[in-house]
Amino acid sequence: MLQPLHNGGAPTGMSPDWPMGFLHTYGPRADPVTGLAWGLSIISIAVVVIVTVLVLTGVLRRAGRGEVAALRPVRGEGGMQWIYIGLALTLVALLGSLVWTVTVLAEVDSPASKPALTIQVTGHQWWWEATYSGDDPSRAFTTANEIHIPVGQPVMVKLTGADVIHSFWIPTLTGKTDAIPGRTNVAWLQADQPGVYRGQCTEYCGQQHAHMAMYVIADPPAAFQAWAAQQRQPAAQPAAPQQVMGEQVFVQQCGACHTVRGTPAGGVVGPDLTHLMSRRTIGAGLLPNTVGALSGWIENPQAMKPGVLMPPTKVAPVQLAALRAYLETLR
Amino acid sequence: MALAAVALAGCNERAKTEVHTGGDPGRGSLLVDEEACGSCHVIPDKAQGNGLVGPPLAGIARRAVIAGLLPNTPDNMTRWLQSPQSVVPGNAMPNMGLTQQQARDITAYLYTLD
Repeated sequence: MLQPLHNGGAPTGMSPDWPMGFLHTYGPRADPVTGLAWGLSIISIAVVVIVTVLVLTGVLRRAGRGEVAALRPVRGEGGMQWIYIGLALTLVALLGSLVWTVTVLAEVDSPASKPALTIQVTGHQWWWEATYSGDDPSRAFTTANEIHIPVGQPVMVKLTGADVIHSFWIPTLTGKTDAIPGRTNVAWLQADQPGVYRGQCTEYCGQQHAHMAMYVIADPPAAFQAWAAQQRQPAAQPAAPQQVMGEQVFVQQCGACHTVRGTPAGGVVGPDLTHLMSRRTIGAGLLPNTVGALSGWIENPQAMKPGVLMPPTKVAPVQLAALRAYLETLR
Repeated sequence: MALAAVALAGCNERAKTEVHTGGDPGRGSLLVDEEACGSCHVIPDKAQGNGLVGPPLAGIARRAVIAGLLPNTPDNMTRWLQSPQSVVPGNAMPNMGLTQQQARDITAYLYTLD
């Protein structure tokens, strides 16, 4: 299990990692659904309790020997009115639930105001790609497994799948929406409190489906803008000789699958690593982003996440040290 | 004599390793999780301890040599954990920026592994 992430801003009483619950929610995309879930549960429990009490009363009420004959239904004595009362109560409860459900569905269908931004999220086996495009293509950037959003503003998420069907689920912020190859589904979410909200692929998508997590990080708008501006930058030129060697190793050995903007490494098979060190985890929530975890992951990811598309690189330790030195510059 | 025997019997592995290393194996275990040592090493009892990059850590307390170079003493283990790159420059294990006490805690934890 992951250690809880160091996080100053998780909503009170909420660990970003465990348990992943949907009974406490933190935004208008999820809050009405939570209310509905509690309401329908209470109505259902009340119905079960009432019916159980009536049945038990009937079963346990001891009829005398002579009374069995009197149990014959007698028409015209007003007994039917209980049937009508029962039917009416049931109809009121069912219709009320229906109206409430439909109202909630309409309420969460689209945000109340114009979305602050749109993020394209693509489910891959087994990680999430997030592209922030906006109106100006020159300001677009791509990241992975961490979706930053501004607090208190609705955000549209356009979902698709790169290989098989995945499903996007941030239980504390938004319900499940499938990410299907060849199709774009639209979800939206809004966080009312700054914090880290864990999400998970929730459509079985292969061997490492369970290791396909993501984090939504809700920052105050100014902090979000600062983050986005930083993510838009290409990678800084490495300075130290070991870092320069690491960049060469990266371009030659990793660049066919991974992009670092500002270098010849432009692969699109794996996550964009331009600002790798700004992320909390590697392997889609599998490991904390520490120098030790990076070393093990680079050398032999198959041991940690069997079946992952990344092969064991088995780079020589000297090159590994150089790669580490270089990756640490990708802030 | 009897008292000493009682004291020894009550002395579990954990207490012994604390005395030997000056570290706290509980804190060491948490550090092993935080640093993700398991991404390179197979570590018994750790769910994330299935790395196949470096040697497995089971029974490391009973091994004679660390990194093919240092006799396996608590002090040497602490030194290795704190700065593997100065013990064997260019080896695969990174300097993780551990303090000496953190390295001692991890040493204490490692010496509890069977």
